[in-house]
Amino acid sequence: MNIIYLLLALSILVALIFFIAFIFSVKKGQYDDVYTPSVRMLFDDELVRSDKSDSTKNKKSN
Amino acid sequence: MDSCFHCGEKCKEELIIFQEKVFCCNGCKTVFEILVESNLTYYYELQEKPGISPGASEMKFDFLDNSEIVEKLLEFNENKNQIVSFLIPSMHCSSCIWVLENLGKLNQGIKYSQVDFPKKTVRINFSSDKINLKELVYLLSRIGYEPYISLKDYDEKNHKIDRSLIYKLGVAGFAFGNVMFLSFPEYFEVKEFWLEQFKHLFRWLMFAFSLPVVFYSGSDYFISAFKGLRARILNIDVPIAMGIAVLFIRSSTEILFDLGTGFFDSLTGLVFFLLLGKFFQQKTYSYLSFERDYKSYFPMAVTRLGTNTSRETTEEQVQVYKVKPGDRILIRNAELIPIDSVLIKGMANIDYSFVTGEAEVVKKESGETLYAGGRQQGGMLEIEAIKAIDQSYLTRLWSNEIFKKDKRGQFQNLINQISKRFTAGVLSIAFLATMFWLFYDPSKALNVFTAILIIACPCALALATPFTLGNLLRIFGRNKFYLKEAGVIEQIAKIDCLVFDKTGTITSNKKTEVYYEGLKLNAFDKQLLSSSLRASGHPLSMQLYQILEKNKILSLDEFKEYSGKGISSAGNGSKMKIGSASFVKESACDTKEFNKTTVHISSNNEYKGCYIFKNSYREGLVDLFRKLGDSKELFILSGDNDGEREKLENMLPMKTKFHFNQQPEDKLNFIKKLQQEGKSVMMIGDGLNDAGALAQSDVGISVSENINVFSPACDGILEACNLTSLNEYFKLSEKGVKIIKWSFVLSLCYNIVGLAFAVSGNLMPVIAAILMPLSSISIVTFTTLATNLAGRKFKPLVSKT
Repeated sequence: MNIIYLLLALSILVALIFFIAFIFSVKKGQYDDVYTPSVRMLFDDELVRSDKSDSTKNKKSN
Repeated sequence: MDSCFHCGEKCKEELIIFQEKVFCCNGCKTVFEILVESNLTYYYELQEKPGISPGASEMKFDFLDNSEIVEKLLEFNENKNQIVSFLIPSMHCSSCIWVLENLGKLNQGIKYSQVDFPKKTVRINFSSDKINLKELVYLLSRIGYEPYISLKDYDEKNHKIDRSLIYKLGVAGFAFGNVMFLSFPEYFEVKEFWLEQFKHLFRWLMFAFSLPVVFYSGSDYFISAFKGLRARILNIDVPIAMGIAVLFIRSSTEILFDLGTGFFDSLTGLVFFLLLGKFFQQKTYSYLSFERDYKSYFPMAVTRLGTNTSRETTEEQVQVYKVKPGDRILIRNAELIPIDSVLIKGMANIDYSFVTGEAEVVKKESGETLYAGGRQQGGMLEIEAIKAIDQSYLTRLWSNEIFKKDKRGQFQNLINQISKRFTAGVLSIAFLATMFWLFYDPSKALNVFTAILIIACPCALALATPFTLGNLLRIFGRNKFYLKEAGVIEQIAKIDCLVFDKTGTITSNKKTEVYYEGLKLNAFDKQLLSSSLRASGHPLSMQLYQILEKNKILSLDEFKEYSGKGISSAGNGSKMKIGSASFVKESACDTKEFNKTTVHISSNNEYKGCYIFKNSYREGLVDLFRKLGDSKELFILSGDNDGEREKLENMLPMKTKFHFNQQPEDKLNFIKKLQQEGKSVMMIGDGLNDAGALAQSDVGISVSENINVFSPACDGILEACNLTSLNEYFKLSEKGVKIIKWSFVLSLCYNIVGLAFAVSGNLMPVIAAILMPLSSISIVTFTTLATNLAGRKFKPLVSKT
């Protein structure tokens, strides 16, 4: 049953990874604007199309 | 009638056809051309007619040549790599986002641009050797997205975004999940061998998880409770902080002395739910600012005139704060006068609409004083400053102490009223029960005492308000009434006294009623009249010309404008005089007409009649006043003369009281006086002159024709078309308070059940762990359902404008 120490450590580790990812995303400002990315997401398809038709255009930077 | 391919406006005056598409003006056509050239026509595919017709803005941003100002505006500046954020009020749809994020295609110098739609800002990274800030601003203006740059941008820099609540919520949620997981085995209390082996490890892990929850996530409650106690107020945070503290201490001692599992699950859950409530209530309209003062309206820089060594006049862009009394300033068309000054040169047609709400343009002669806040319409002006910027007539209002006070916390809200009795009740029950157990079974006394404090922690009580009001805030917002914060709804429900501003609030800014009184004008007279008006630059002439039928324009044989009096003109052998009564009639004017704005007309020295200009009142206003008058006191405060008194008195309910000729300070003091009489006052206004009254009142509502146009500091912004449904908003707020009261009853029921367990000394951790989330979730469900139901019934009477 000593395996429970390992399992416990692993479960907490996984939780911590998610927790740190969350803190990191907040810090980077991902929660500051929750609307615009939802619209921006829909543009990207179109950009690919216009890139094909006009290959000289630079690609969108993020 | 065709509508413009770019902006969708009806093409009224001219029709421009370009590439088989119709445009309403050259501006729209130009934007289309620019977008086509840069391969950005996808703009028109995303949304139909998304554009904004660009305004003419020559020279408007010339102050961006001043490197000191540019430096202040830039967020980042290194190695010719510059970053700037602009507020773009005209941003409104997905096409706007798309084109603003593809600015790089319009100019090579722009590296990237990112839109924050809720805030209506765009952040642009560009290299200054390819495009400078001024060119960038003009580029944006040319495609219809003119940035709004005001004095406020100069003062404020790098305001940090407060993300602490979301961190705290994250920490609490993380700990809550893990603690639940770890405490699960012990819920069933099986004396199982392995469980006995590992329970100490589990318990100490839970303890470790709860530490950040208590000392970080819950810290606000301790601070608030401490502040409340110091001010001798038993606010809702007192029993909450007490609950958290007791939960933590009792749980820690339990695991330390191996008495039980403790209540770490309830503890972390409690903090998590409470913060969730706070988070829910926090939603605000980030693109609306409720804290504006004159600085958001004022330009950043002005053109100062000076003389150089060879005695030539020079123009120089200077920061507004640097203007000293005695400086000469140049004001161009549509520019704002930032400072009290004397007119030196030019024809001044000043629009004071955002100071007074009065739409009518005021004409000034050279030598007259111009007050800060007016907007010049027409030609260029030369003025001389007589005061420093913060001492002008308008800006002085902001030195009133009311603007320094934080309105929040002044009011005794419902939850604090209840929590006072609640805390007293819980404490007395706790002491009584402890006394009883001290006699009966002293070993259990402490156990019972802490159990009562734990179970009585008013989690559900504390959640009822934020969820009800937060949800109502959203419902209000959907109906075009934007509130600064959820607590305002509670205040609205208590209002018993309403004060309206007149001009711009109950009258519509756009529609001025004009009617003619007197002898009928024949066709020729009408033709001559419109021809003469067309030639005149007087604001009333322009307004009247717009309204009259478009007749064929005569070439005038004679035209003379007498300033302050009127026009005399002649055409086809007949003469006409247009203007004030004394000018046209040439006899003593009758003073009866004194209070009205009139334009008199005589043809060939024969008096014909006059056009009377009247403010038009919003549709449905009478109905609104009648409804409101049933339960509330109504006042109308106006900065104007009492020319409209009679009409208003006939129109509105008898009880309505009127006060005319009110200065901004008078309005503020009037509200103060009403409050001293113990009334709860709502002020409804629009102009900057109402700013003082809006700040003083319990609830200050600013009425706005267009919410993207700035309104003064207030508690809520109401779209003008919904003003007439004000009564419905009142009803909904009252319903909201009722819902809160019912959920208090509900949560008290849970508390009584919990107390029964606690008093009898049978509170198991598992019971607390079930009761606490159950009560919270059922309260949240109840309030959400009830408010949505109330919101569905809510039907604003939108007047057609």
